Amino acid sequence: MIKTILAAALIIFAAAAAQAYTLEEFQFDSPAQETEFRDLIGKLRCLVCQNESLAGSQAELAQDLRNEVYRMMRAGQSKDEILDFLVDRYGDFVLYDPPLKPSTYLLWFGPFIIIGIAAFFMLRSVLSRKPAPEGDISPEERARLQALLDDSAAPDTAEPRQPT
Amino acid sequence: MIPELGHFALILALLLALVQSAFPLAGSLSGNRAWMTMARPLAYGQLTLLTIAFAALVQAFLTSDFSVLYVAQHSNTLLPDIYKVSAVWGGHEGSLLLWVLFMAAWGAAVAAFSQNLPLAMIARVISVQGMITIGFLLFMLLTSNPFERLFPVPPEGQDLNPLLQDFGLAIHPPMLYMGYVGFSVAFSFAVAALIGGRLDAAWARWSRPWTTVAWAFLTIGIMLGSWWAYYELGWGGWWFWDPVENASLMPWLVGTALIHSLAVTEKRAAFKSWTVLLAICAFSLSLLGTFLVRSGVLTSVHAFATDPARGLFILIFLCIVVGGSLALYAWRAPEVSDGGRFDLLSRESALLGNNLLFVAFTVLVLFGTLAPLVYEAFNWGKISVGFPWFNKMFLALAPFLAVVLGLGPALRWKHDEPLRVLRSLWWALGLSIAVLALAATPMFDDGGLWVPVGLALAAWVTLSHIAIVRERLKHKGGLTNVRQALMADLRGSGRSFYGMVTAHVGVAVFVVGVTMVSSYNMEVDVRMGPGDSHEIAGYRFEFMGADQVPGPNYIAQRGEFHVYRGKREVAHLFPEKRAYLGGGMPMTEAAIDAGFFRDIYVSLGEPVGTDGDWALRLYYKPFVRWIWLGAILMALGGSLAVSDPRYRLARAGARKPAADSAAAAA
Repeated sequence: MIKTILAAALIIFAAAAAQAYTLEEFQFDSPAQETEFRDLIGKLRCLVCQNESLAGSQAELAQDLRNEVYRMMRAGQSKDEILDFLVDRYGDFVLYDPPLKPSTYLLWFGPFIIIGIAAFFMLRSVLSRKPAPEGDISPEERARLQALLDDSAAPDTAEPRQPT
Repeated sequence: MIPELGHFALILALLLALVQSAFPLAGSLSGNRAWMTMARPLAYGQLTLLTIAFAALVQAFLTSDFSVLYVAQHSNTLLPDIYKVSAVWGGHEGSLLLWVLFMAAWGAAVAAFSQNLPLAMIARVISVQGMITIGFLLFMLLTSNPFERLFPVPPEGQDLNPLLQDFGLAIHPPMLYMGYVGFSVAFSFAVAALIGGRLDAAWARWSRPWTTVAWAFLTIGIMLGSWWAYYELGWGGWWFWDPVENASLMPWLVGTALIHSLAVTEKRAAFKSWTVLLAICAFSLSLLGTFLVRSGVLTSVHAFATDPARGLFILIFLCIVVGGSLALYAWRAPEVSDGGRFDLLSRESALLGNNLLFVAFTVLVLFGTLAPLVYEAFNWGKISVGFPWFNKMFLALAPFLAVVLGLGPALRWKHDEPLRVLRSLWWALGLSIAVLALAATPMFDDGGLWVPVGLALAAWVTLSHIAIVRERLKHKGGLTNVRQALMADLRGSGRSFYGMVTAHVGVAVFVVGVTMVSSYNMEVDVRMGPGDSHEIAGYRFEFMGADQVPGPNYIAQRGEFHVYRGKREVAHLFPEKRAYLGGGMPMTEAAIDAGFFRDIYVSLGEPVGTDGDWALRLYYKPFVRWIWLGAILMALGGSLAVSDPRYRLARAGARKPAADSAAAAA
């Protein structure tokens, strides 16, 4: 019920706010409240922009939503209530910080599973004890390296090396 | 006429690339020396043709030849000359041309500077480069020809995207592409080594400097992008985890793992097949980045030119490159034995930790970037994965990286004694713990948990590197005259060591910047009229009002601010809001007073009311410069390491003319 009223209010408000937007309205009782507000609009997505937060966008819809969040906050609603209202209207897409719930388990835990698998294969590849010469690079490799480093060994580039 | 010459040069370059990919490789397999020796001239020829094509396009831009569609879309006569040149890579077709030009420049540079490589190796490397060039040239000629004509010829062109009319963004793409494309050299070396079946220390030594140079370019490219976003977009941030930012970060992360893994392969002949895999991944992720940016599958502010047909082409190309190289890897890599055993406490272990963490970061970025696509594809709902997710995930792992970073360089190869390590690092450890304790006390402005942690880790990295440098100088007997010993060491074989130290200290500087700016950053939105003032963080901003000022191809509203600290004026700022004559969204030009310890930043919002009031955003950003300074130090460290005499890259004998032009392009 409350949500319906709020939704209706938002529509009326949005129509009215289109020309009456001022940033001046953002005045707060306490620095803590202001921080909370900044944090909140920073983590909400501007829905009509390519990829910008409500805090960063100059689009009209973003301005309206900023004002709406501000108004709800001034009306004493908690952060969670505001977020619930917005998710109800716009879906999870509006949240830059996806909530932890069954449908997002994959998002939050998936990377660590992949990292675990990758680490396993990597460690197996690096630590596998194949019958390789113990320790240092092999004598043949050393000889080839030396030959490469030794300029005079390459016949087609035989010229005295500049002292450095 | 000249655009046709450019077009023709592109077609010739494609034909040349076909020859380049076939003959030297075939020669190296059959032992045909004549075919192998074709590699170098072909690489120079490729560079020459693509330079002609690129010059033709630059000429079309400079003369505002709007009969060329691409020019008409991205330039107009009012555009200042410097942006006419940078407009060449301001769109899709031109940036591809720049990409292949760099590709050819890298190929020619490899041909010119690797005189002491075995002929078969250079032939294979150049051939693999040729194969990649074929893909890109086909892509250009089939879907994205920059020389396409337009008829009737419009009298005036559309404007270059105003966001791109900026010095930072004029040089950001070339740096980024140098990095992206540079990894193709590491890739080609890896594939060439796989074809030859010889992955050894020599291979690592050859490909190491190339990889480091590419990595340094990419570092600078990403840094420029971040800096540009900070001052141009007017939002005060420096990184948003935007898909396009992520696309450039992924190759960087894998590239960072790669340069460390190459160190192990060169010095200890270990990690071989793993290193090859990283080299393949670094370039594959560069290609994936291109695909993500150019196909428009991701919503992003950066997706300037998007087209599904192009996306499909790159996707197929990507599959061929990644699939082909991985198949080759699966076929050949098991033949390579991984030598070099090491104990738990050893340099190898620390570098293994580095590799694990950087791969983990890459997985995180890849996962977070692609998750919204996957969710949508499977109908699991539309989600956003933004900076809160990335920050949480990265912060969970980053502290481990900093711990390993301080420890690793102090460890010996193969085996080390805990007591010895403790003896050399005890004071660095002690001081870092002191920093942790001090920053956690209420005396220090409360910035939350991350301030003490971030500062202590930065101190740990810096101090442990000081300890390592001290130890090295002691061994060289130079503790009495540190400066002299340091200079002698820098002239000698110490450059790669000091390069490493510089880059690692860059990481510490970066960490300080990120910690401070995220914890103590301040911003306010205010409405101010002429004569009003507002104070944040001890700085008083006095607004003098805003005037209309004409620019070359825009009209600006320019505000004027005096900023005072106490009675003293510290800055005089002119933020702008520009309306470009070519149309489009108005652009904010934030005004910034940059400082070593803080930036003050004003960005104009909207005019409000009728009394000349403006909605403004004021920022105080402590230590924000350290973020980019850290990145610059990392890139400098890379350059210093490459100049180490043992790589002997630029030999006095490199007298091929193409070497000069390649160096000029770099």
